[in-house]
Amino acid sequence: MRNESLKDIAIKELLLQLADDDFIHSYRGAEWLGLAPHIEEDVASASISQDTMGHAAIYYKLLDELGEGDADKLAHDRPAKERRNAIILELVNGPGHYMKDPDYDWAFAVVRNYFYTQAKAIKVQSLHSCSYEPLAEVAQKVQMELYYHLMHWKTWFVQLLGSGHLEAVSRMKAAIGKTMPDFAGVFSLGQYGEEMVELGLIEGEAVLQKKWIEAITPIFESVGLAATIQIGMARGDGRNGQHTEDLEKALKTLSEVYASDKAASW
Amino acid sequence: MATVQLNTEEIYRLLEDVKDPEIDTVSILDLGMVQDVTVSGQDVSVKMLPTFLGCPALSIIQKNVETALKQLPAVKNVCVEFLRSPSWTSDRITEKGKAGLKVFGISPPPRQMKSDGSWHVDCPYCESTYVTMENIFGPTACRSILYCKACKNPFEAMKPMIKII
Repeated sequence: MRNESLKDIAIKELLLQLADDDFIHSYRGAEWLGLAPHIEEDVASASISQDTMGHAAIYYKLLDELGEGDADKLAHDRPAKERRNAIILELVNGPGHYMKDPDYDWAFAVVRNYFYTQAKAIKVQSLHSCSYEPLAEVAQKVQMELYYHLMHWKTWFVQLLGSGHLEAVSRMKAAIGKTMPDFAGVFSLGQYGEEMVELGLIEGEAVLQKKWIEAITPIFESVGLAATIQIGMARGDGRNGQHTEDLEKALKTLSEVYASDKAASW
Repeated sequence: MATVQLNTEEIYRLLEDVKDPEIDTVSILDLGMVQDVTVSGQDVSVKMLPTFLGCPALSIIQKNVETALKQLPAVKNVCVEFLRSPSWTSDRITEKGKAGLKVFGISPPPRQMKSDGSWHVDCPYCESTYVTMENIFGPTACRSILYCKACKNPFEAMKPMIKII
């Protein structure tokens, strides 16, 4: 009996991590709408963000089926301290606001998007053999769609770093330097991580991280970057509810309409 | 009270009229979105597969299926459910569906990809093979934008969704 409830907790925790990661990642992507470097990119990154929101929604739906409340409520009506997303995903795109004087950094967007999409691909691959069958099924579908997301961000990453253009290369390097110190948060499985692994829900943090490094190393080398990849959780572990002011502000903005009438039917 | 016996063929006939809200020349049946139809008394259950999880048209399609089937006086309840498994793949699109896509100016998805993940389709208007990929991402998650250098028309293609990728 006790084991069973621990299993339920671990499944819900994992689903919240997956859902909250995709949710805030999609939100930050959506803030680029109309601001991407060119119109084709605007179409592409908006399409990816929309699809990613679909992934968040399906994870929230699985939580709904486990009695955690409906997807809209889970997405809009939880304070920052209850969110499980990795801190690196919540950080703002840059100074300013998408409505006024946005000074967003495309290099940071490319690096964060490529790193995250590659990490997500590895997690989703691991979830194929998840002992919780509904999640294993969803993972199959997500992986097929993710193929296109990953190809897109990998292309940007390689093209900007391989461009030989001084500004592009130096800004990309700065963005890598900004992303690495917090990127381990994406692999954190939080306080129930050991149970998740024991229960066969997903592979452990170290395994996932190793696979990620193996995946990005040849890409780093192809653009002449030294593949000394060191990641950490400088600002804390989002899985345990540690977050920055950036998340607080984002939640306030994205839930503004929902909060205006929580009973309304959309 | 006499009830008219419903049969699944009748339901499938009605589903022929439910089109993709964004491509009105192709039915949801020809897109391969309908996995199963069962009839029990006056209740109809339709099990469907989402093309893309992020597709905002899913709830519209669901509503359109309900509306279409409720035209039959013998139908009392319609339950439309999107399944998690199996995953929709682009090879589920029927020959009729592919023809319908071309009428709309969309090339049907290619059957396979090259080893590097690239793929090729011909122009849906002039059949020329002399085309370029402008954007893998298009106006909807399932479509890409291409350009035909022969007839100088922009056109779209359905992205291939294949299990092995």
